[in-house]
Amino acid sequence: MTDISAPRPSITPATPFVSTAFHEPQPAPVATRGPILWARQHLFGSVPQVLLTLFGIWLLYVTVPPLIKFFLIDAVWTGTNRDACLAEKLGRPVGACWPFIWAKLDQLIYGFYPASERWRVNVVYWLGAILLLPLLIQSLPYKRLNAILFFGVYPVVAFVLLTGGNLDLQRFVLGWLGVDFSTIGGAQGLRIGFWIDYVLSTVLLTAIAYGISRFLAGPEGGRSAAQTTLSVLGVLAVVLLAVDIDTGLPQVETRLWGGLLVTLVIAVTGITVSLPFGILLALGRRSRLPLVKWLCIIFIEFWRGVPLITVLFFATYMLPLFLPGRFTIDGLLRALVGVALFASAYMAEVVRGGLQAIPKGQYEGAMAVGLRSGLMMRLVVLPQALKLVIPGIVNNFIGLFKDTTLVLIVSIFDLLGSMRAAFTDPNWASPTTLFTGFGFAGIIYFVFCFGMSRYSMALEKRLDRAHRH
Amino acid sequence: MSADPIIAADEATAPKIAVEMTGVNKWYGDFHVLRDVNLTVERGERLVICGPSGSGKSTLIRCINRLEEHQKGRIVVDGIELTDDLKRIDEVRREVGMCFQHFNLFPHLTILENCTLAPMWVRKMPKKEAEDLAMHFLEKVKIPHQAHKYPGQLSGGQQQRVAIARALCMRPRIMLFDEPTSALDPEMVKEVLDTMVSLAQDGMTMLCVTHEMGFARQVANRVIFMDAGQIVEMNEPNAFFSNPQHERTKLFLSQILH
Ligand SMILES: Nc1ncnc2c1ncn2[C@@H]1O[C@H](COP(=O)(O)OP(=O)(O)OP(=O)(O)O)[C@@H](O)[C@H]1O
Ligand SMILES: [Mg+2]
Repeated sequence: MTDISAPRPSITPATPFVSTAFHEPQPAPVATRGPILWARQHLFGSVPQVLLTLFGIWLLYVTVPPLIKFFLIDAVWTGTNRDACLAEKLGRPVGACWPFIWAKLDQLIYGFYPASERWRVNVVYWLGAILLLPLLIQSLPYKRLNAILFFGVYPVVAFVLLTGGNLDLQRFVLGWLGVDFSTIGGAQGLRIGFWIDYVLSTVLLTAIAYGISRFLAGPEGGRSAAQTTLSVLGVLAVVLLAVDIDTGLPQVETRLWGGLLVTLVIAVTGITVSLPFGILLALGRRSRLPLVKWLCIIFIEFWRGVPLITVLFFATYMLPLFLPGRFTIDGLLRALVGVALFASAYMAEVVRGGLQAIPKGQYEGAMAVGLRSGLMMRLVVLPQALKLVIPGIVNNFIGLFKDTTLVLIVSIFDLLGSMRAAFTDPNWASPTTLFTGFGFAGIIYFVFCFGMSRYSMALEKRLDRAHRH
Repeated sequence: MSADPIIAADEATAPKIAVEMTGVNKWYGDFHVLRDVNLTVERGERLVICGPSGSGKSTLIRCINRLEEHQKGRIVVDGIELTDDLKRIDEVRREVGMCFQHFNLFPHLTILENCTLAPMWVRKMPKKEAEDLAMHFLEKVKIPHQAHKYPGQLSGGQQQRVAIARALCMRPRIMLFDEPTSALDPEMVKEVLDTMVSLAQDGMTMLCVTHEMGFARQVANRVIFMDAGQIVEMNEPNAFFSNPQHERTKLFLSQILH
């Protein structure tokens, strides 16, 4: 041991110090940096920085001016056919051929949706925008009502408007069990037989739910199970009525849909289905019940293991071979289901990452105040977990949005597909048509994806401000 | 008893024994962490549990609200025996509040929301009433003006007091504390201890794992010393500190009291 009492030669003996003044807080110094100082610090601070800056400038120089020249300066803005966009006819270099886009715009937005019915698509577009925007802006009130309208009512309305509704529903549960009322006809596109079936099935299902829950959880449990079943079937009845009734709108088969309409239908469905499904799968994967856990793992790994193209191909061309003869499913619907399940599996893993980052103390804190596991997840764990993985979630959304282009492989014409179809029009064949078309499609995709990205960043920032650590 | 609403209204009808543990054993895998623990806590009693690190103090009190399950023996809390039955576990957790070393507040909710969450969702209390109740307890722990901040914006001592208020909002009959001050800077320890003392004065049944011997002397009815998963010694505070009987207790006290 060293002798700490030995004199330490090189240090002068400490002068006792007692503070006599109390320093009041001062305002922070005003930033005095001008643009030149900023540039010197951020752009030309060191040799590598100078090189990077020069490289950046060079990169901008070789990309931006040609793009501006092609899409704006040399571009042709008006015309009625390819002649407007031919350099030899105009006698000058020709950039983007915008009249081609104007001419094909309807096709790009609606596909082959009949011209007389396109107002229905417009209503769906507008309704979606009107319902979605206030949902995204935090400060606006009535979020709950807004969410119910957007996630509950809007899909049904959109479905009826876009397809025309009037599904010929024939059998509900009893019908498939062999008690068939479907021969009893009706009016207004409704089949009385179906609704007899529905009412009887509802009574039956409610009774079964009551019986089982009463057996498992006592009279209280029985009553609440019966109530839940009844209300679910009640809501379902309203939905079915809406899609079954004859609205007088002509039917438009999904074969005729195309362009932006298809892109948005697939992307929006995929996005809104994949998040809740992904959450359920992620929770399931962490479940303590082995059966639930393994089913979720198998599901997730299966969908993550196969390429989306294979899924779409399988759903479109192979599935019909396995299904019983008269049982056909709409082509777009098949693609939709494929995309939604595929996206859900990816979403599940993102959400699971968030769940894993929540410390054990949060679960214990929630349990200690008496929250049951469902409430604990909903109120304490998921809000924190989802917040953590917003970048990942939005990443998935953006990926999904762009993956919708793959439906082209199964002859569904989304925005890009419609664009490629438009290229084949000999009326507009010109050297720059292709570039114009892809450029335009790129801009559209970019606007949507960039919008999602910006929104998520704003959302993160707001949540961060709220609960920073 | 005081007129303060901190004690649930049905106090008079509550069982006289708050916690009863008989022959409780628990293992983590092969590790025998609680060994034949017998303990009876009467209503209104304040217990301080101390012992070396790893002796099973946390495990013991976490068994009382079933954050950990025991494998052998009986634990009866407020007349309800703890078994696998989820309903009973819920009932017990509603009667038992707990404060943790690291507070475990919900960082995404404001202080007020932290306090109203369980009353609203578990006790189905209307929002207004839950908020009034929360403000009452936040006043009691002396931080009503922070109600709309987030936990991350508060000091450790303030967070722990919020955690106490959050637990009290469920009107528990029993409060468990697991080293509530050991993650705090020294100058914040006192504010938390003061809150706990005032809780004790209101007649709350308390089980505290703590090494704050001043607190033990001031409020405890009994001090328990644990070692290697067993209750080694149990006595009223004065006798416990001035005249420990067991060798292990003597050694432990000599280490922490210097
Ligand atoms: N989940 C677990 N799995 C395995 N062993 C555990 C687990 N939790 C605790 N233990 C072990 O059980 C023993 C008792 O733990 P406990 O947390 O009850 O001790 P403690 O007395 O509270 O100690 P401390 O003063 O450090 O908090 C320790 O040896 C610990 O390593
Ligand atoms: Mg401990």
